[in-house]
Amino acid sequence: MAKVTFIDSAGASRTVDAQVGSTVMETAIRNSIPGIDAECGGACACATCHVYVAPEWTEIVGKPSQMEEDMLDFAFEVRPTSRLSCQIKVTSQIDGLVVTTPGKQG
Amino acid sequence: MSEEIISTDVAIVGAGPAGLFAVFELGLLDIKAHLIDILPKIGGQCAELYPEKPIYDIPGFPIVNGQELVDNLEKQVHPFGPTFHLGEMVESLETLGDSEHPKFRVRTDAGTIVECKCIVVAAGGGSFQPKKPPIPHIGDYEGRSVFYSVRRIEQFRDRRVVIVGGGDSALDWVLNLQPVARRITLVHRRDSFRAAPHSVNAMHELVASGKMDFLLGQATGLKGADGRLSAVTLRKETGDIVDVETDDLLPFFGLTMKLGPIGEWGLNLHENLIPTGTQTFETSTPGIFAIGDIITYPGKLKLILSGFHEGALAAQRIHHYVYPEKRLVFQYTTSSTSLQRKLGVG
Repeated sequence: MAKVTFIDSAGASRTVDAQVGSTVMETAIRNSIPGIDAECGGACACATCHVYVAPEWTEIVGKPSQMEEDMLDFAFEVRPTSRLSCQIKVTSQIDGLVVTTPGKQG
Repeated sequence: MSEEIISTDVAIVGAGPAGLFAVFELGLLDIKAHLIDILPKIGGQCAELYPEKPIYDIPGFPIVNGQELVDNLEKQVHPFGPTFHLGEMVESLETLGDSEHPKFRVRTDAGTIVECKCIVVAAGGGSFQPKKPPIPHIGDYEGRSVFYSVRRIEQFRDRRVVIVGGGDSALDWVLNLQPVARRITLVHRRDSFRAAPHSVNAMHELVASGKMDFLLGQATGLKGADGRLSAVTLRKETGDIVDVETDDLLPFFGLTMKLGPIGEWGLNLHENLIPTGTQTFETSTPGIFAIGDIITYPGKLKLILSGFHEGALAAQRIHHYVYPEKRLVFQYTTSSTSLQRKLGVG
């Protein structure tokens, strides 16, 4: 089990348990985190699970794949820390991860 | 616009897997169907969101990708000759009959009118609509200076046009509008593109020969008055903020699903889903059925296979409305010669 903290665009923070092996998007959906739509259900096909990874975590979480980078073109207000949360696997290394959700997904 | 009225048994709203398979189940019961979908192609999410992604939970197919499933469903319903109205959104639904003898009139935004005895709402996550970027006050300019699709190229003659995006829609419109517009500026957040390489090359050539501009950045603000744009504010990759003078803005950020006009049809809704029973999948309005991802009932799973099952059961009840005098005898395609004749294999 790992902890993931989601901060919404207004600054409200929620810390939830994340199952190792699942994704950050699935963790958000399971915990009804607002600000993650995940319309395509995790197929890396819609860019509605866009998050900003907290700066201290970007190196550990890593960079988006080519396919994910392409899909980020469909997201709004993309930053260097942008990732699609369906493509971030929960591992023990990311225990304590902090991500911020954007103001608008779709 | 013609006012020709199409008369049929059932109008199916949504041509995704659930709507397509409903054609099959209805067809076996001699019920004719017209399908209406806002996308220009059949297949719904399978075709639009994940045509190349493998699906592992379709019974009998250990692995099948979204487009293969749609192609197979199209083949499967072919004997029943469904009529497709693609690229059209159902705008209104009028009730003409009564609860014993329901009758409906459906109108699309393209002017198609279908009169039918029953409706099957198989609209999945709702209708696919263009994503609107969260730029402040963008709504004030929509329809006059901001457009999410191009209906008439001539509209952009001699205009300065900013196009935002890096996919095929953005690049195709850059290339199609460039000969007509006064000046095209393409804005994209990075210098690689999802679009087809030959389009990207053609765009780079136009930039190199000074016939259009390409800027790296993201649109963050709009300037103008009375719904008419004068400039788009961009945050460049360097962090600099610049204004690009323009008459029109075309943002291409893909599609998202919205419930759309279905919310105005007088159906009971629960969190943007349509509650149904699990015996007939009829909604709160007699004669209107709903199947697939758009419905909710205790234990509902949003699986393609659930949509298939729901369509089969709905068809049984629809038969009662379409052929009130006929008794329905349940038959198997493996053994019934009459069903096999309908399938064109008997």
